[in-house]
Amino acid sequence: MPRYYTEEHEWIDVDGDVATVGITDFAQGQLGDIVFVEVPDTGAELTAGGDAAVVESVKAASDVYAPVDGTVTEGNGQLEEDPALVNSDPEGEGWFFRMTLSDKSQLDGLMNAAAYKAYCDDL
Amino acid sequence: MTDTEFTGEEAVETATLPLDAWHRAKGGRMVEFAGYWMPIQYEGIMAEHLWVRESAGLFDVSHMGQLLLSGGGVAEALETLVPGDISALKPGRMRYSLLLNEEGGILDDLMITNEGDQFGIVVNGAVKWEDIGHLRENLPDHVTLNHNEDYGLLALQGPKAVDALSRLVPEVASLVFMQAIPAEWQGHAIGISRSGYTGEDGFEISLPNEALTAFADALCAMEEVKPIGLGARDSLRLEAGLPLYGHDLNDEIDPIEGDLAFAISKRRREEQGFPGAARILGHLADGPPRRRVGLLIDGKLPVREGAALFDGEDQIGVVTSGGFAPSVGAPIAMGYVPRDHAVPGTAIAAEVRGKRVHCTVAAMPFVPHRYVRKQGG
Repeated sequence: MPRYYTEEHEWIDVDGDVATVGITDFAQGQLGDIVFVEVPDTGAELTAGGDAAVVESVKAASDVYAPVDGTVTEGNGQLEEDPALVNSDPEGEGWFFRMTLSDKSQLDGLMNAAAYKAYCDDL
Repeated sequence: MTDTEFTGEEAVETATLPLDAWHRAKGGRMVEFAGYWMPIQYEGIMAEHLWVRESAGLFDVSHMGQLLLSGGGVAEALETLVPGDISALKPGRMRYSLLLNEEGGILDDLMITNEGDQFGIVVNGAVKWEDIGHLRENLPDHVTLNHNEDYGLLALQGPKAVDALSRLVPEVASLVFMQAIPAEWQGHAIGISRSGYTGEDGFEISLPNEALTAFADALCAMEEVKPIGLGARDSLRLEAGLPLYGHDLNDEIDPIEGDLAFAISKRRREEQGFPGAARILGHLADGPPRRRVGLLIDGKLPVREGAALFDGEDQIGVVTSGGFAPSVGAPIAMGYVPRDHAVPGTAIAAEVRGKRVHCTVAAMPFVPHRYVRKQGG
């Protein structure tokens, strides 16, 4: 299952026509203690680069953007009870939402793991 | 005065604190605040916040302005600018007060200490240059104002602060809240008060810039003490119900609106003669049109500065500070509401990203203060 990354520090796992989206370990480290996550409603239509979710740390609220176009099929309900999952397991249990992919060619514009690591090293 | 905020001295470079390298070596994440690079956090705001509540945390607040006023009649001169009873302030005692404009609006909140032969004033870093200008313009010529830039300011806060600091300066154990003494550490003349901005017991220590690193190292070598950043300083003071100037207080808000009536001393209420006395005493007698209140937030969504407050469809006020409160375990906020809504238990709503969040007006502090007011008690 290939994993892609955005310059806004989201990751996206693609499995057929469905993708799982979250924020990267680098992102959670920058945000600090996460106290609230607002995931999109099932059925929400997302546009690449548009607002998809909000993550609130102790100090600030930050937007999470949709990496590609698609429709939300599920938000991670566990984050409502335990938003700190994003700190403890950002690229696993701390996923934000699942979505369909309207246009798979959009994935070509994203980074792979090696490219994302190099991108973070330059920040 | 937001419209003049950026005139005159723009393009001033962000300054570094004397402990800049120390913060970076300790892993501090540096951000710009009040014109300085300051540590927002080291290991994390939540952990740092909780550490201060259970042990002791060291804060670098050297961005604040340390002013010294000397000459004859300093107390009387200060009383023309602030509403506190400065004449009654005994040597070795300090008091919270407010610099007021002619309309009674708050120009800054500050600490005034009677140091015996002079008065020490500590003002907010973000407005210290404006404060100095205001004081120079309004104090009589026989009062000399010195801005002591040769000294830094550290705060050691938390229930174990007294244990840690008394190993370096034994006499601090005998101080009570809002008491100050001169002391010496490794040959340096320092000043220590039992005071702070967290609601916990603790101390603020003024010491020469060249002694700051060694002093901070000596404290942080103790198992009770960790360095604490600005992020936890903000969440701690919010839980303690303490306003932050420029957010919860500004030059259009008077002390009664700001829920700071305690800062208008009894004698001054009777004699008046402080800036804005008519408005302030009117608000004291009849109630202010709006007042700063605490807000307990339902659920987990943080309500932050700028959020509008509603009673039904009517916008009644605005949040001036807010966020997740680690020791409360929930979001809290403070803001301004009309007098008739400023009663604890009043149910209102805040708007966050188009959603209404229920909240309840609450008495402050949210976490009880633990000041040491009496010795041997």
